[in-house]
Amino acid sequence: MSTEANNTEHIIDIQNLRKSFGDNCVLDGFNMYLNKGENVVIMGKSGSGKSVMIKCLIGLEEPDSGTIKIMGKDISKISTDELNELRTEIGFLFQGSALYDSMSVRENLEFPLRRHTKKFGKIKDTTQLVMEALENVGLAHAIDLMPNELSGGMKRRIALARTLILQPSIILYDEPTTVLDPITSKEIILLMMSIQKKYNTSSIIITHDVDCARVISNRMILLVDSINYAEGTFLELSTSKDPKVQAFFK
Amino acid sequence: MNNISRIKDVLKSFFAEIGELSFFTVRFFKEVFKRPFEFKEFLRQCYNMGNQSLFLVAVTGFIIGLVFTLQSRPTLEEFGAVSWMPSMVSISIIREIGPIITALICAGRIGSGIGAELGSMRVTEQIDAMEVSGTNPFKYLVVTRILATTFMIPILVFFGDAISIFGSYMVENIKGNVSFLLYYNQVFNSLEFSDIIPTTIKTFFFGFAIGLVGCYKGYNCKKGTVGVGIAANSAVVYTSMLLFLIDFIAVFITNIFVDI
Ligand SMILES: Nc1ncnc2c1ncn2[C@@H]1O[C@H](COP(=O)(O)OP(=O)(O)O)[C@@H](O)[C@H]1O
Ligand SMILES: [Mg+2]
Repeated sequence: MSTEANNTEHIIDIQNLRKSFGDNCVLDGFNMYLNKGENVVIMGKSGSGKSVMIKCLIGLEEPDSGTIKIMGKDISKISTDELNELRTEIGFLFQGSALYDSMSVRENLEFPLRRHTKKFGKIKDTTQLVMEALENVGLAHAIDLMPNELSGGMKRRIALARTLILQPSIILYDEPTTVLDPITSKEIILLMMSIQKKYNTSSIIITHDVDCARVISNRMILLVDSINYAEGTFLELSTSKDPKVQAFFK
Repeated sequence: MNNISRIKDVLKSFFAEIGELSFFTVRFFKEVFKRPFEFKEFLRQCYNMGNQSLFLVAVTGFIIGLVFTLQSRPTLEEFGAVSWMPSMVSISIIREIGPIITALICAGRIGSGIGAELGSMRVTEQIDAMEVSGTNPFKYLVVTRILATTFMIPILVFFGDAISIFGSYMVENIKGNVSFLLYYNQVFNSLEFSDIIPTTIKTFFFGFAIGLVGCYKGYNCKKGTVGVGIAANSAVVYTSMLLFLIDFIAVFITNIFVDI
């Protein structure tokens, strides 16, 4: 295992992350890094703190201690403006899609564009960017629908389009295939892979879908007992003798 | 022993809630003057709130005016004082009934709506998504809504008052053949600035309370769909209590300054 690589190459570097809610210690010294162009899958039981970890990473939750560096910047030491600028480089696909249900699909996609004015300046006509993002996920015809008119799979795709519209270099997926049927899941995974190829993104993928992990991961991290319990390629981990690791692949 | 500790818990959570609400209020005042002002969202909220409650306020206002006049007419007749009707109606409606009824209706309609909307946005991570999209959700969602209720409730109250007095006029017109002009003339003659100013100031506080509690409950909503229900429900309950409290304080202060 090549845990100790050159630190400056890591576009994400998390060290000794600790976070608890009251007495509930969720993360107790979690470490990970992400190399450029890499897909890292994080697996862990439900409630093990995967979402908390990824939210600390993007500054939605404040860690109790530990350092988080994104592209060399320690996110606890930068201003809100700088953090927001950094966030344009990071796409976040939320567990439940998190589309704004008072806005149409078009408005949902325009929202990050109009808000992150630093990266794109003030855009007058967003139609082309919106259409391009929607075409990427194969849903150009849904542009004027409202989120409650979409199926679960479509919502996930629109959310992905909303994530992509800022052309991020890192994408964080929080359980991208959860509550979807197997066929739709497969479509979403293929979509993720095509995006990865097209835009050359690096990604962290949280999932407990073993099939998803197999096809997409370059490296895997198992989050067990509040730490990065085991690390390695899919093959290494799936043939591990450790019963706690094996439990994930049954 | 068990009971005592339970009472302790209830008191503790009550004071914790008040503390958190105060923090929330302080945060509002900190952020309200910061850029960007999200003016578009503010207007959208104002429009929505007016749109949602205009009809309700009109219907209740009208009925209250009507019923109030019908009920008090016999008593006034007994004293031969029916000609006092316009001034009695206008003073009681403008000072007290109009604001509190309209505010209660808006607490049920707008306050619970805000609680449910922000609550479900919290639960489905839309608020987080907003933050990731370079938007301060507190400014975009909370500040605009609180400002919108603070601005809209006085307007709705004013509107409700007018309709109430119109309802009262209808009764007088049918029963006593009073003309529209005469009635409204008497209404305005009996009103003084000491009636209108304090009640108008009060309605701004009503509006602020409705927005504040609705946003507080929704924004801090607990996970799960149950949380959304609780947020919407407790928004209405707490707001109503707060409205009466504000009303009481307002009358108290008014009485000190405007000695009759
Ligand atoms: N805002 C919060 N307040 C209190 N506890 C929380 C909060 N967010 C998450 N938790 C707790 O942290 C633990 C991990 O949650 P989460 O990261 O969502 O799990 P998962 O690995 O399934 O994504 C859970 O026990 C949850 O109850
Ligand atoms: Mg999760």
